[in-house]
Parts: sequence; structure tokens; C-alpha cells
Amino acid sequence: MRKIFDFHGGIHPQENKHQSLQTPIRDAGIPPELVLPLGQHIGAPASPIVEVGQRVLKGQMIAEPLGFVSVPVHAPTSGTVSAIEDRQIAHPSGLQAPCIVIASDGRDEWAPLTTAADYRQLAREELLARIRNAGIAGMGGAGFPSAVKLSTRPGSQVNTLIINGTECEPYITADDVLMREQPGRIVAGARILQHLLAPGETLIGIEDNKPEAIAALRAAAQGTEIEVVVFPTKYPSGGEKQLIEILTGKQVPSGGLPLDIGVICQNVGSVVAIHDAIVEGRPLISRVTTVTGEAIAEPGNFTVLLGTPMQYLLARAGYRAEQNRRLIMGGPMMGFTVPDANVPIVKTTNCLLAPGHGELPAPSPAQACIRCGMCAQACPVSLLPQQLFWFAQGKEFEKLESHQLFDCIECGACSWVCPSNIPLVQYYRASKAEVLQLRRDHERSDQSRMRFEARQARLEREEAEKTAKRAARKQAAQQRAQAAAAGGSGDEDPIQAAIDRAKAKKAAQQAGGAQHDASEQEKLEKAVVTTRQRLETASSKLAQAQAEGSDLVTALQTGVDKTRAKLAAAEKALQEFQQAGPALTAGDAAGDPAAAAIARAMAARQADAAMAPADKARNQLQGLEQRLEKTRDRLASSQANGDEQKIIEALAMTVTRLEEKVSAAREQLKNPGDA
Amino acid sequence: MLEFIVQYPLLSALLALVGLGAVFGAVLGFAAVQFKTEGNPIADQINALLPQTQCGQCGYPGCRPYAEAVANGEAINKCPPGGEAGIQALAALLDLEVIPLDEEHGEEKVKAVAFIREAECIGCTKCIQACPVDAILGAAKQMHTVIASECTGCDLCLEPCPVDCIDMIPQRESLQTWHWPLPDPASREPQVIATDAEAAEDRAA
Repeated sequence: MRKIFDFHGGIHPQENKHQSLQTPIRDAGIPPELVLPLGQHIGAPASPIVEVGQRVLKGQMIAEPLGFVSVPVHAPTSGTVSAIEDRQIAHPSGLQAPCIVIASDGRDEWAPLTTAADYRQLAREELLARIRNAGIAGMGGAGFPSAVKLSTRPGSQVNTLIINGTECEPYITADDVLMREQPGRIVAGARILQHLLAPGETLIGIEDNKPEAIAALRAAAQGTEIEVVVFPTKYPSGGEKQLIEILTGKQVPSGGLPLDIGVICQNVGSVVAIHDAIVEGRPLISRVTTVTGEAIAEPGNFTVLLGTPMQYLLARAGYRAEQNRRLIMGGPMMGFTVPDANVPIVKTTNCLLAPGHGELPAPSPAQACIRCGMCAQACPVSLLPQQLFWFAQGKEFEKLESHQLFDCIECGACSWVCPSNIPLVQYYRASKAEVLQLRRDHERSDQSRMRFEARQARLEREEAEKTAKRAARKQAAQQRAQAAAAGGSGDEDPIQAAIDRAKAKKAAQQAGGAQHDASEQEKLEKAVVTTRQRLETASSKLAQAQAEGSDLVTALQTGVDKTRAKLAAAEKALQEFQQAGPALTAGDAAGDPAAAAIARAMAARQADAAMAPADKARNQLQGLEQRLEKTRDRLASSQANGDEQKIIEALAMTVTRLEEKVSAAREQLKNPGDA
Repeated sequence: MLEFIVQYPLLSALLALVGLGAVFGAVLGFAAVQFKTEGNPIADQINALLPQTQCGQCGYPGCRPYAEAVANGEAINKCPPGGEAGIQALAALLDLEVIPLDEEHGEEKVKAVAFIREAECIGCTKCIQACPVDAILGAAKQMHTVIASECTGCDLCLEPCPVDCIDMIPQRESLQTWHWPLPDPASREPQVIATDAEAAEDRAA
């Protein structure tokens, strides 16, 4: 007889398991619509690979895993994808999450499956890939991808493989009936895992309140190396770390994994799913779920397709809604109230609990903590719940962490024993989430700081580069000036050289001067000619328009006027050039265009400055008014279309802001002196 | 040695004290040079507690300058994005009293992310220049867009936008951000005794 160990604490709540054990597993059937959330497991949600309207077959993959810690989703029956959208899911928040909705066609047509005649022929990686592609995630309630759990690092030795058939939580019997009715599949699945992991020993752990399951498994395990170990009933011995301690006497280190002490644990439901996936090639598309509670006429266990609305399953079991105050997914200790009875069954839904009026009453109002220490005696992880409670109230996160808050398994034993009815677990859950949130915020703020500092450094560098460039230019200018000064005051030779240079330049300019002159004149003449041509065409067009009585007459008229003015200017320029031409020296001719350009720019600036205050303000006002009008139109159309409230509010705000700006601009236009 | 001490007790005592002073002075002087800390370590610690939105609502151009100011005695309640929790953390670090947020500098708001209505963006790059964490992408006369994961929600891009095409969108609660709330402390106040609650339930039933 194997030695059985005990873990600290634990409680003995009323089991209430017999209600759902009266009948064998029933089939829940195919509902008309199945809703499959993309994230039914711990890790990254799967990504859809089907389109709306596409026909899918039973067992066909409809969403592929994203990343290592993720599993795919399969169609539980044949039908058509009717939507891929956000739907409410079974989550305590009541929030929506992306789901694939399948309208079933009732034909239940299978997709082709890859079976394995002999899994012993398959490589380790191939087996793991098949488990992963079958979409198997821990079915005891946590939903951690099984393939990830089974992917041991090379070199790490698995001493003990534990199949968890404990099911310690009250009311739930899904694993119990599975062990009673399908012990062969469990043992066969365990042998696949044995082949995969080569453990030193394989144990199936069961509490002693399930004698039928124990007998069935013992019979099935006859002649194999698998040992069925029975131990006294206590909550929460089904917790992974607690079960390991019961069976091996070893504790999983804080923050560590069972594999660190050479143990791997799998739920019986997951083992059956692995068996089905490897031997029959069937992906995870259904599970056994307990439906129980006083508000259920015929409580029992059902094989139910994933994605089945809870309402449909409840109806199968004779749900009396009027007797039910809240619907719980999971057990009474660790489950949560679902927001709506229409949310779908997922891979982790091991139980639907519909308590009647007298059953599981709402907790009485919490009283003050009296420091009795009963919670510390009940805690299976040997924490100090009363201390954690104080720190959680005071939000002393550092102390919470130093008191090992993250080792809490949220089993609820402390709340159950608390004579003051303090919802202790809720404090720990909230604090854990808050600590994680703070860590994430801190990471984010670190990231922002790095970006800010990088930007600051970049701006500084750019500024420094600019200053350096400016300094270099200044220095170069100084050097040139110095060189010039040195040349002026130096020996005769440099003077002579400078004079020579100047003379050479003059000669060159004189040589090119005439040519330059000619080209300038040519250009001006050409301008006059083309402008005249343009004037002629414009005039003829105008005449035509006037003859036809077109709307364009005024526009054409202004065009003609403008061209005429241009022509006059061109002619004048030509005349001036011809007059000045002979009088100009060669050097002046070269300087003239530049001087003219400068003069023009100055004139333009003066004109701009002259009309600036009034005209500019008027232009601005006009622009603002246009924008205001546009925004008003948009607001009106948004309101008419019934857009989101947020958009309408934002637009309304913009309108008021623009109105303010417009009135300010008007004010400014009235009293330009203020600006 | 002993003779000298016996002969000149006062002088030897003086010598001993001066000698001790010289030795410790040398050790301290060496330590001051050898283990000199660069920058202001307290300002670094304060900066680590600030939310790094770089929003300037405190009146300083960024979190780092405010951290330095706080290290030099500035009030700790001028950071609205840090909120109540930030003030508490600063008070704990600096051993100061927790004071309420200075409303002159703004209120604690829901976290938001800037969003550019891209159809209206004229590509002026003004928001890009205003963004303290380089979270806006774009080029002159090209549409700009906000990198949502990097945006700190500081509002600094709103003011310079000439066409008012930037909205601050409050972050929506998702499955990733949701977590269990702390139990309502009010429910712990024994307003009704337990038997009253049961009686009320029975009546309701």
C-alpha cells in the first residue's frame, strides 16, 4: 500500500454530489446555433480561418492558434458560419468577446480525420502537434493548453505522471461519471501520456467518496503499470499542487511549476480528450458537463457540444427558471455567476449549478475581522489570510507580495470558514489583478520614459548639430575676412595677384557682356509676343462668350484685363531695357537682374505689409467660418445618422470651440489695435 | 611610547584625537571621490513613481523636471494622471503626509488615447512636434496617425492641431483589462444584522 500524505488545512463542505449521479451520461443533442468564443483557454485567443457564409464540417478547424500558448477551435457540428462577431461569453465581467457563430444543419457530417493506427510509431513532436491541433486545453476548469504542459524541456525528467480524478469541489460529478463509464479510454489515454513522457510511475488520484469510479478504474488498469491511488476526501485536494503533495509528499516551490519537482498532472477529462485526438483523430468538440442544483428537475451529466447555449442545455435537464436566483458556472466554491443564461458552454465548463431559493444563500453582511485565525488553519497553501486581508484593504501591495499573495489558489476555504462572513477570496482576486495591473502600468511608464528621453536626446543632438553648423559657417566667414584683410595689408605680390584676378574677371565679363545683353533682350521680346498672343485668344473667347451669353463672361473679362496689364508691363520692361541697354556698362548689366529681383521682392513685401492687418484677419475669419460651417454640417449629418454618442459630443465640442474662435477673430477685425 | 603618554598626558590625548580625525577624514574624503553618485538619486526614485505621461499638467516640461522639483521641495499633489495612488506612493517614499490632488492642475481622468480623424488631417506635422513620446507617425502633407500602444494620453497634441481633427478616446474596458473589483467596503458595515437579511430574503421569496 502506497503512503498517502496530507496537506495543510482544507475543509469539508457538504458534497451534494448524489443529485447528479442518478442517471448515466446523456447526450445534449445539437442546438440550432453554436457560439464558439476564440479564447476558451489561457493564452492568446485563436484567430478565425473561416469566413461568414462558409460551410464547415464537424471537427473542421475554424480558428488557428496564435502563438505558442494557444490552441485552435473546431466546429462541433456541420453547418454554416453565420457570423464572426462579439458575443457575451461566460465570464464574471459580463463583457463580450469575439466568437464564431455556426448555424447547424443537423446533418452532423464529419470532416476527414487523421487517425493513428499505432501511436507508438509517431515521433514525440508529432504527438504533441496532434494534441495541440486537437485544441485540447485543461478541462478541469483552468483551461491551460495541454500540449504546452506536456512539452517538457529536453533533459528534464518526469518522475511521476498524475491523472487527476479527484474532483473535490461540491456538486460537480463530470469526472466521476467519466471514470465510471469510460475507464478504458482514461487508461488508454494515460498509456499515450506514458509513451510521450516516459515517467517513472503513473498514478490516478481519486478521493474515497467515488467508490464506483475507483472500482471501474482499478478493473481497467489491471495488468498495466498504472496505479489507482485512493485518499480521504477533503477540499481542495483536487488542486494540482495539493494533489501532488498528497501523492508524493513533495511541495511545488513557490512560483514554480510541478515539472520543477518532476511531476506532470493531467485531468481525466483532458486524458480522454487526448486519447480521442490521438487514436480516433477527433478534436475537442464536446465535453461532459454536470447540470445540477435544486432548480433543475432532472440533474445529471451531459455530453454537450462546445458552443451550446447554456439555456439549451438547461432546458434539456428540466430547468425551472422561476426557482433559480443565479446561475453558476463551476462549483459553489470557485465558480462564478454567469451574466446571462444564453452564454455558450466552453472547454472549461465542468458544471452548471442552478441553486434553488434555499440553496447557497447570498452571504450575510460581512462583519469585522476578529482575528480568530480560522482562515489560516483552513488555508491549503499555509498563507496568512487575515494578514493578506488587512494589506488588501490598505492596498499595501509590497507587503501582499512578500506574504506570497500569488501562491493563493483562490480555493475559497478561508471565506468558507470565516465566522465574520468576510469575502476574503474576493479581496485576494482583486489585489492580485491590481498588482498585475500596476506591474503592467509600470512597464508602460518605463517605456514612455525611454521614448521621452530618446526624443529629448534627439532634439538636443539636432540642436547641437545646428549650432555646430552655424559656428562652422561663422568661422569660415571670419577666416575669409581675415584672409581678405591679410591680402590687403600684405606684400606686393598678393596685391598684384588680386589686381590681376580682378582684371581677368573684368575682361571675361566684357567678353560675355554683349552676348548676355542680347539674350536678355530676346527674352523680353519673346515675353511680349507670347503675352500678346494670349491676349488675342482670350479676347476672341470673350467675344464668343458674349455672343452666346455664357455665364463665364465676367470671369473671361477679368482674365482679358489681367493679360492686357501683363502685356503692358512686358512692353514697358522691354522699352526700359532697350533705353538703358546702351548706357549700361558690362559689369552693371550682370548685376542688374539680381538688383531687380531684390527690388521686386521688397516691393512685394511692402505691399503685403501694407494690407496685412486687415486682410490677413479677414482671410483668417473667412477660413474659420468655412470650417465652422463644415463641422456644423457634419454634426447635423452625424445626428441624423444616429452615430455614436461620443462622436456627436466631440463634434459639438469642436463647433463651440470654432464659434469661440470665430467670434474672437471678428472682435480682432473690429479692433485691430488690440492685436 | 607608554613613557611618553605618562609624561605628556594632555599632548598625547590631543595627538591621538588629531590622528583619529586625520585618518577618518582621509577615509571619508577617499569615499567621497570613489563612490560619488552621479545625478540626483532621489529625483530618480521620484521619477520612477511618476506616470511618465509627460503631459506637463504639473507646470513642468515633463515628468523628470517635476521629479527634480519635488526632490527640491515642490508639492507632491500636482500630478493628475498619477492620481491618488501616485500621491500615496510619493508620500510613502518621501515620508510626507498624503494630501488631496491640487485641482488647479486638473482632475484624475479615465485613461484615453489620442485618435486622428485621418480624413481631416492636413499633414501639418504640428502634433508630431508636440508629442512628447514620438507616438505620432506622419510627414509633411501626409496623413498622420497615432501609435495607440505608445500614446500616453497627455492631450498635448490637441492644442496645436489647426483643424481640430484629434479626439481623445477613453479606453474601453476589455477582457484583458477587466479584473475583479475589491469588495465594496460599504457592504462590510453592519447596517443590517444577519437575521434581518435572512428575513428580508424570506419576504422576497
